[in-house]
Amino acid sequence: MPQLGETVTEGKITVWFKSVGDAVQPGENLFEIETDKTSMEVPATTAGTLAEIRVRQGEVAPVSAVVAVIADGGISISVARPSVRLEGFREVRTPDRRYGPAKLSNGVTVSPLARRMAVEAGVDLTRLKGSGPHGRIHAHDVKAAMTAAPAPVTMSAPAAIQAPGSDAVRSLYKEVPFEEIPLDAMRRTIARRLMEAKQTIPHFYVSTDVALDRLLALREGANLALAAKLSINDFAIKAFALALKSVPSANAVWAGDSILRFKHADIGVAVAIEGGLLTPVIRKAESKSLAAISAEMKDLATRARERRLQPQEYQGGAASISNLGMHGVREFAAIINPPQSSILAIGAAQRCPTEGSNGAIHFVTQMTVTLSCDHRVVDGVLGAQVLAAFKGAMEEPAPLFA
Amino acid sequence: MASRPTKAAVIDDISTELRLRMYRVQFELRECEQRAYDLFLQNLVKGTSHLSLGQEAVAAGFASAMEPGDLTFCTYRGHAHTLARGVPMDKVLGELMGRDNGLLRGKGGSMHLTSVDHGVMGSYAIVGAHIPIACGAAWRAQYKGAKDVTVCFFGDGTTNIGAFHEGLNLAVIWKLPVVFVCENNLYMEYTPIGDVTAVADPAAGRASAYGLESIVVDGQDVDVVYRTARAAYDKARSGGGPSLIECRTYRYSGHSRADPAKYRPEGELDFWRGKRDPIRIYRERLLASGIDESTLAEIEDVVHRRVDEATEICKAALPPSADLLYTDVYADGGWAWRN
Amino acid sequence: MAELTYRDAVARGIAQEMERDPDVVFLGEDIAKAGGVFKSTVGLLDKFGPLRVRDTPISEQAILGAAMGAAMTGLKPIAEIMFSDFIAVCFDYFANQMAKSRYMTNGQVKCPLVVRTANGGGVRFGAQHSQSVENWCMMIPGLKVVAPSSPADVVGLLAASVRDPDPVIFFEHKSLYPVKGEVPDGEIVDELGVAKIVRPGRDATILALALMVPRAVAAADKLRAEYGIDCEVVDVRSLVPLDTQTILGSVARTHSVFTVEENPRLCGWGAELVSIIADEAFYDLDGPPVRITTPHIPLPATDVLEDKAMPSVDRIVETIRRAMGS
Repeated sequence: MPQLGETVTEGKITVWFKSVGDAVQPGENLFEIETDKTSMEVPATTAGTLAEIRVRQGEVAPVSAVVAVIADGGISISVARPSVRLEGFREVRTPDRRYGPAKLSNGVTVSPLARRMAVEAGVDLTRLKGSGPHGRIHAHDVKAAMTAAPAPVTMSAPAAIQAPGSDAVRSLYKEVPFEEIPLDAMRRTIARRLMEAKQTIPHFYVSTDVALDRLLALREGANLALAAKLSINDFAIKAFALALKSVPSANAVWAGDSILRFKHADIGVAVAIEGGLLTPVIRKAESKSLAAISAEMKDLATRARERRLQPQEYQGGAASISNLGMHGVREFAAIINPPQSSILAIGAAQRCPTEGSNGAIHFVTQMTVTLSCDHRVVDGVLGAQVLAAFKGAMEEPAPLFA
Repeated sequence: MASRPTKAAVIDDISTELRLRMYRVQFELRECEQRAYDLFLQNLVKGTSHLSLGQEAVAAGFASAMEPGDLTFCTYRGHAHTLARGVPMDKVLGELMGRDNGLLRGKGGSMHLTSVDHGVMGSYAIVGAHIPIACGAAWRAQYKGAKDVTVCFFGDGTTNIGAFHEGLNLAVIWKLPVVFVCENNLYMEYTPIGDVTAVADPAAGRASAYGLESIVVDGQDVDVVYRTARAAYDKARSGGGPSLIECRTYRYSGHSRADPAKYRPEGELDFWRGKRDPIRIYRERLLASGIDESTLAEIEDVVHRRVDEATEICKAALPPSADLLYTDVYADGGWAWRN
Repeated sequence: MAELTYRDAVARGIAQEMERDPDVVFLGEDIAKAGGVFKSTVGLLDKFGPLRVRDTPISEQAILGAAMGAAMTGLKPIAEIMFSDFIAVCFDYFANQMAKSRYMTNGQVKCPLVVRTANGGGVRFGAQHSQSVENWCMMIPGLKVVAPSSPADVVGLLAASVRDPDPVIFFEHKSLYPVKGEVPDGEIVDELGVAKIVRPGRDATILALALMVPRAVAAADKLRAEYGIDCEVVDVRSLVPLDTQTILGSVARTHSVFTVEENPRLCGWGAELVSIIADEAFYDLDGPPVRITTPHIPLPATDVLEDKAMPSVDRIVETIRRAMGS
């Protein structure tokens, strides 16, 4: 069926001039076709015998379909696919979409530049108040958030009490000698994040005392066998991880319009460094051996002090541990690191008198631990359960060696 | 004052060698164009094609009278004009078939056949557009003091479009070395030319409006065409300015692929294909002048062979590669419109 | 250094190129004996003679066709289309012929010609003699499109256009013809495809062309003085080839972009630039790109109406001020 006209897709054979078996010469009309636009005769282009008629009189066939076969004639051509080589010039250069949605989960819109700045500076847009129309966040809002403490974000209407401005503070102390320390990025970040934590996370605190004698005895034995020594902190990390695994609802974080409940217990461990602190994260702590946790902690602590941690090494996790015991602190309540939902504060191990089962007084080595919880995620009972699980794991520590 | 179609009289001002050459050229044009049609029926030629079967004498006559440096411009019905200037058959067929060996590597197609090396300065698909362009080429020759002539072919329908009139006027007032050739094949696309033209002779009838001589010749007689062409070229080359020549001819096929030309009166096609066929006319004349049948048969065999060879070359050729999409938009060879 | 009017710069640019290359020829209506209807080609006939500087009949198609035929066969023609509105009369040569011949013929046919034309409004000539139509040519693949805003740029860009081997459409602005500017002595050759920051700034980028460039600069001065908004004005100069790097670089620094376009709104040249900016500089933008254009209407003839239609300094100032939130 030949191509008749640019838009024609099929044709009807109206008349066959030849029959099967007839001899055919080039130029002799074979059949007449009719399209939606016109009709015409189609001649043979080769000599031979009409061997087969595939589309009969009155039938329709698409353009290029084989309608008949002429024996000792017929041409078949195979056309190779062309190889594709592309030019160097690109006329469209759309970049990747990398900077998050225009509308946040809390309904606030953000300009494209502000989104980019927020990602590059690690600013959490959901904590910002925008100065644009309808609360839209613009570039200078992000810029302001990157410097000294911004205006606090409140969920409810009443305005928070403002802290005194920098000049007011300086003038308050102008009569006394002082050294003015400029703020570095870490100090700014600590100030901003912990301020945010205290103002936006509903903290509550549960405390208990943990008897360490069993653990200390087992640790002494283990440290004889191991090259690297295990610390009480290493035990605490694993015990806390197992405690969170046993109370899955507490191994979770508040995500604004939902709660994210994690499969693994990634535990952040506070490490004091010069000028501040960092909290590197031990991933899947529940499944790591004490020796592995110990080695990893040593490495992370070293690199933290040298400021050589990668961002992914100090981000994540639902909970952290902070230990001030080596400084003689008996008990303290730590501030949760957003967006986590709890932090376990560990105090110093001390000899304390306690009543024994036979009514006599004897001494035990114990430490006071306090779990700070985000009440949006971890209710009172859950916090208590985590704490109890932790205490149990530390006081009967044999399973920690698994 | 119109010249009436002349019968070919004694042909001793045209040498035997030239006669045989013009016969060969006409035969090539016919066979190659016929082959193009066959390939179309096999769906190897895609898109659209405008055949000049029946108009061979015009192309062959004008081309044979040209010098190698002369320039031609023609319309989308340009296969014959392209071949007549010596462009190889496989390049023309290859272009029609959209292959990489095509004259334009498949980028222009049937309607834009061009070979600057042969002086074929393009085939033009917008009716009449090339008439002022041909004037420009002639202006360059005049400006540079060059002796080449520009020959511009177009159909009867073209004489009604604006660019025809602007171009003719400019060529006359600047006395440009350009020869305008109207191939009056009696039909403007699907319509008889008489229905849409204010004068009986579409081109010759307009000549006086531009101060030009009115010339009508028998376009099916290659000797007549040749002589007319020579006279016009001589005039242009010697600074005598442009000519407008109307050739009476006929096309056997429809306007284009899509057109089976059912609008023709009964018997018209057969008449022209019979008594007025340029190749038959010339063949008879050559035989009558003493040329041997075997000479003509040999010419025809060679042409058949060359058409077959060209066909096979094209069938074996690949389509153009995709990177050709982006080449030659600009003079640097690329298409970059931005940095 | 000399002070030249924009119209005298046209004659100077043509003369510079015709002196340099004997293949440069010039044709158009009333360009020779009359020195051009805008008096922009005075003196060229005397200098180069009637074979090189040719008056034509009123035949736009023949003018462009002849220019193309001459360019194809070895000359370097400059053709004038008296009013850019008349591009519509011979549009076939722009759209179908000169733009596509090289491509269709697989590089065989060249077309090194320049079409100069008087573009734009502000002279009260009415709807058919006042249009800004650079966008009509910008959208045709194969053409190059240039629009200078100053006399020095006229000379330099005209020279660059004549030397360019591709068809270049050179849009002069009729309202700029009387404007004076400093033009260095000697031969000046500029470069196509290069935009110029004519006024650096910090707060917003203004992209402008031809007559809109001085208006944008005046608006930027006013915005700075009265509202403290410091705008950077980019004279785009060349629509094809387009200097996207300068434009995107400016937006990356200022984070706000405005276009000032004389063409009617739909499919104006600024729409294409804004599209590229939205695509490739999205995350540089602190607010939406804003186009300041003539509304989508034919231009009226009366002065007060025409002035209201075309972007004015006040309208530019007001639009930017409001958008920047002052």
